[in-house]
Amino acid sequence: MPKYLILKHYRGGPEQNYAPMNEWTAEEVRTHIAFQHHVADMLRERGEFVDAQALSPAGSYVQYGGPDAAPKVDGPFPEAKELIAGWYVIDVDSVERAHEVAAYVSSAPGKGGEPVYEWLEVRPFMDEAGEKLLDLPE
Amino acid sequence: MTDTELIRGLAPQVLGILVRRGTHFAAAEDAVQEALLEAHLSWPDRPPDDPLGWLITVARRKLIDAQRAEAARRRREEATFDEPAPGPTETADDTLLLLFMCCHPALSPASAIALTLRAVGGLTTREIAEAFLVPEATMAQRISRAKKTIAGEPLTAPGDVAVVLRVLYLIFNEGYGGRVDLAAEAIRLTRQLALECSEPEVAGLLALMVLHHARRAARTDADGALVPLDLQDRSRWDRAAIGEGVRILQGALAQERRGEYQIMAAIAALHDDAASAEDTDWAQILEWYDELVALTDNPAAALSRAVAVGEVDGPLAGLRALDGLDERLPEHHRLDAVRAHLHERAGNVAAAAECFTRAASGARSAAERDHLLLRAARARNG
Repeated sequence: MPKYLILKHYRGGPEQNYAPMNEWTAEEVRTHIAFQHHVADMLRERGEFVDAQALSPAGSYVQYGGPDAAPKVDGPFPEAKELIAGWYVIDVDSVERAHEVAAYVSSAPGKGGEPVYEWLEVRPFMDEAGEKLLDLPE
Repeated sequence: MTDTELIRGLAPQVLGILVRRGTHFAAAEDAVQEALLEAHLSWPDRPPDDPLGWLITVARRKLIDAQRAEAARRRREEATFDEPAPGPTETADDTLLLLFMCCHPALSPASAIALTLRAVGGLTTREIAEAFLVPEATMAQRISRAKKTIAGEPLTAPGDVAVVLRVLYLIFNEGYGGRVDLAAEAIRLTRQLALECSEPEVAGLLALMVLHHARRAARTDADGALVPLDLQDRSRWDRAAIGEGVRILQGALAQERRGEYQIMAAIAALHDDAASAEDTDWAQILEWYDELVALTDNPAAALSRAVAVGEVDGPLAGLRALDGLDERLPEHHRLDAVRAHLHERAGNVAAAAECFTRAASGARSAAERDHLLLRAARARNG
């Protein structure tokens, strides 16, 4: 059973197509967050849930500073064009089911209670087990 | 035998007995799981004289507890319990019937695998969750949903054994994960099934697993990197297991009803039989692949056949044998990997490097990707 990461980009994806959250009312934000919990509950109920996390936007870029030097730190970038806001990790039967879950997440209510149509990135995990029947047909 | 092995071996017997006495499958399965958990806790300190009897007694107590809780939940003042109807306790084919139940066609492969490992394999929900790297609650929910899906299905008529074999094959392919060795678990379950079912494909699958498992120690190097068959240290292959696998296979083939597992096992046996990669009897392997392709029309089999064609008739013939597979194989990276291998053997270094690189980008596991990246680098730099 393959695992997929459903990545929520803030302002990411092929196009920015919905009003940013700072233009929403408190009730709209609350409804949106409640929907995220509902998605996690639905995934738990179906036995597909692995993980769900939200990330703080206050991150930095860090680089090796060279021998005997401190790490090089850049940022945070509050106005960055693209941020990762969080993710779901799911364990599902097929890529079609992963897409179905992502589409559902994208239907989350946004401004005016309308679906946000947010773009979500769906990425398969590499298999853990490296031991397939490599020399045999599968 | 360790407690764990004993408990796992007894699990399907206890479940079979409860179900045969009239208890509903889902409730019985829950009760057995609880009895197993209790056995794991108490047997190390207080080993029972009669392990099977102990498990049956505890499972029945759990069942009554559950019925009582259920009755209380329904706010009945006094609950009456039906004694399960007396029925046969000694039956030879419980495992078979339970496997048919757990591998019911209405279940997705993932659900069938989880339910099989718990109800027939005697694994705990936590162990199964660890093996598949999901939270325990997720696995518990998956099993619970699977049981709801098959609720009401009678545990009487055996179904299509091919469905069961497919599930066992998938469990074997999961290999290692967490604390549980699923490949070994699949072999154990298939062995149990083979005791009750003389269908040659059951023996064929068991032989395939045993013959493949025999090479496990040689399949990865000290750093965990994949070692392809032709470079494996054959002194690390398990000769006793190979002997057993060949005997099982011969018994199956003697029934003269060939199937894909027997054929794959025959190919595995020919590889296991070769003292070195150069000694491999590719001509005979190719004959088996011809039969496999004719039987299954499986594009993955056709892909493996092309490797054998490359060995028998040369790499250019092998490349020609790949014609038409691009459209039929969903997993393109395996086709790229075989194409790269054949180009390399034909001396087309640039094409080999390109195909290995493309194969690596589509690989499904990190170990496979790393292996293909190494082959690509070698093809580029000699």
